[in-house]
Amino acid sequence: MSGLLEMFSYDFFVKGLAAAVLAGALCGLLSTFITLRGMSYIGHGLSHSIFGGFAASAVVGINVVLGAGIWGLGTAFAINWVARKRSIGADAAIGVVTTASFALGVALLKKFGQQGGLSFDQALFGSILGVRASDLILLGVALLATLLLVVLRYRQLLFLTFDPDVAAVSGVNTRRLDALVMAVLSLSILASLTVIGVTLVAAILVVPSVIARLLTNSFSKMLVIATGVGAFSGFVGMVASYQLDVPSGTTIVLTSAALFVIVLALTGPRRLRRTAGMDDHTDAAAVAPAVGSRA
Amino acid sequence: MSPLVRLDSVAAAYDDTLVLHDVSHSIEPGDFTGIVGPSGSGKTTMLRVLLGSMTPVSGSVVRAPGLRVGYVPQLETVSWGFPVTVAECVLMARKPAHVWPWSTPAERADVGAVLERLGIDDLARRHIRELSGGQQQRMFLARALVRRPQLLLLDEPTSGVDVQTRHEVLHLLEDLSRDGIAVLLTTHDLNGMAAHLPQLVALAGHVVASGPPSEVIVPGVLEQVFGARMEVLQHLGIPVVVDGYDHALRSGVAS
Repeated sequence: MSGLLEMFSYDFFVKGLAAAVLAGALCGLLSTFITLRGMSYIGHGLSHSIFGGFAASAVVGINVVLGAGIWGLGTAFAINWVARKRSIGADAAIGVVTTASFALGVALLKKFGQQGGLSFDQALFGSILGVRASDLILLGVALLATLLLVVLRYRQLLFLTFDPDVAAVSGVNTRRLDALVMAVLSLSILASLTVIGVTLVAAILVVPSVIARLLTNSFSKMLVIATGVGAFSGFVGMVASYQLDVPSGTTIVLTSAALFVIVLALTGPRRLRRTAGMDDHTDAAAVAPAVGSRA
Repeated sequence: MSPLVRLDSVAAAYDDTLVLHDVSHSIEPGDFTGIVGPSGSGKTTMLRVLLGSMTPVSGSVVRAPGLRVGYVPQLETVSWGFPVTVAECVLMARKPAHVWPWSTPAERADVGAVLERLGIDDLARRHIRELSGGQQQRMFLARALVRRPQLLLLDEPTSGVDVQTRHEVLHLLEDLSRDGIAVLLTTHDLNGMAAHLPQLVALAGHVVASGPPSEVIVPGVLEQVFGARMEVLQHLGIPVVVDGYDHALRSGVAS
């Protein structure tokens, strides 16, 4: 037992655990909006894009958080802008912008090597070792910003998530709200990069809300459950990471996947019907509201 | 009486494809109008222009100052698996009374009153997927009405519902127009509209005809709009459209 608790006596582990719980809660909270609006591909794309910004900032020698953050925000708004143009779909816009950014990141890191901060593997898969106090502060800021947005704009976000077209013509400033969601999403991905990693953060932006959807028919309860599932996955995943000596991102994602299987087994496959339509990638309007279909 | 919205020589396009051109139409308080036309005739585009979600490439749209518009989307476009109850769905369209997520007693009373008016107050706590087609239509009407609109726009409200539900919905809309709310809906269901709506606009990229059903549902207009010959019979003073080929078959003329 004492061996099991020993890890809590290590400062690096406690920091990593706190970061994992915060990142899990943050991504879990956002996952409800992301899956219900069919934006999981955006989460996936943004995380890869931010990796490009991370690498470019490290190579140039500027603050990685600041550089990757600006890069991520720029990418998010570029995707939004391209998608609103309607000449190409949001999926195609994300595919072009973010994969190019990711490829640039890989090329820069392979060419110039690690320039301080996270290593290549740490950035891709997350690490229990890489968490610093500044990472915890960034995660806290991201969680606080997201909570404030959700609490103070709850009804508008619900309307935007459920029916962006009608919300736009019913007094909801959907462009501004979309921009705010993109901003907190970019910030959250950036903040979660250390513990979860680029390639796995997309999963934790999806799975908690799918589990929550199996358990409730209420949007507000879904937000709470998804946040809890994310935090729990972060906690268990980080402990598993320490015990098994594998990257923390993988254990956090595997924990949430195991939770999904358990909940599905307990609730029965019929509940899967509830998730029908979640994360429908065909809805390019998820980031580019306009009314109805073309007449 | 000044119009709620006036379109003057409006043209609208998607990228380089012109969908509407030279469309002029005024909507007055209490109007009850149906826009009829086939798919691709510009019905939804005209709604978008009226809503303000689409900017015309030419012409002008003049709205009454502070105009409140309610919009009811096509049921086919709704995500029915979304985790929301009937009451929550209606409440989301109401302007929040405060910044907090929870609703105030006054907001709940507003939602309850509009649900009661539409006869679905007993369904308030139901998930939206559990409603019938007619109840779903009423729920979205309630969501539009909770904004106390002066103008109500509905996209194909009778599409995909049975005859009984269609009658119920159209009677409801008729009542609303009597209360002074201007109601404008799109449809490709000619006969259902002729029996209920006092005004029709036949659209084929431009306004082919507008006026009472007796002036719009005539063979010449229908051929221009739908590109096919249709026979129009009179039943109890209401024009009834009969597909010419089918009618001929039934009469034993074509074989």
